[in-house]
Amino acid sequence: MAQPDSRPNGDTPSNEVNDEDFIIELTEQTLTVDATVARLADPGCGAFVTFIGTVRNEHHGRAVERLDYTAYAPMAELEMRKIAHELASRWPIRQLAILHRLGRLEIGEASIVIVLALPHRKESFEALQFAIDRFKETVPIWKKEHFTDGDVQWVEGS
Amino acid sequence: MRVDILLFASLQDRAGSDTVSVELDDSATVADLIEQVSQQFPDLRERLGQVRVAVDQEFRPLDYPVTEDVEIALIPPVSGG
Repeated sequence: MAQPDSRPNGDTPSNEVNDEDFIIELTEQTLTVDATVARLADPGCGAFVTFIGTVRNEHHGRAVERLDYTAYAPMAELEMRKIAHELASRWPIRQLAILHRLGRLEIGEASIVIVLALPHRKESFEALQFAIDRFKETVPIWKKEHFTDGDVQWVEGS
Repeated sequence: MRVDILLFASLQDRAGSDTVSVELDDSATVADLIEQVSQQFPDLRERLGQVRVAVDQEFRPLDYPVTEDVEIALIPPVSGG
């Protein structure tokens, strides 16, 4: 975790933040932003930034019917937690949630929800960008596409 | 030593199993492990160039030593998020 130093707007990086402030989950339940934000309700935070990744109806021009997501679950949770620690050490994040869904997903459903809660919006978007970009590099989760033509294919690499 | 290796995604489909087993020298490295898998499981061979290896749920480089009581997984390029 970062050492305390003062920032222009008076916030310190969150070396007080610890694992209890991170919601890190793999779940087969439907993900929603509202439910996730509600879990992070923190009256000291004035900025909540959210990312939702959703299932698209096409992949490289081919029509997709649905997706399956699988994970190397224990390692995925570890890698997600590493991302959380790095986020909290680089930005003044008070609480965060990183949730990924596993199993069968239909078009339009959310595969991932990331919510970061900060005192102010400064740098919050940059932190969120880092979170999803890093997630897509390191977390051992894979999607399998079921195309409308009946073909089924693992996506390996983004 | 005999080591079990967890497989995921396309590797799992190709092997028809979520685990394979190989025999390695006691001084083997991650590179040796990949080589052994490649020789023993030709159906996996063409995907092995792109995998990362996790030892006890941490990505490790090719020269990392493999020992008997660790959890090893072959991680194809990920596509979550």
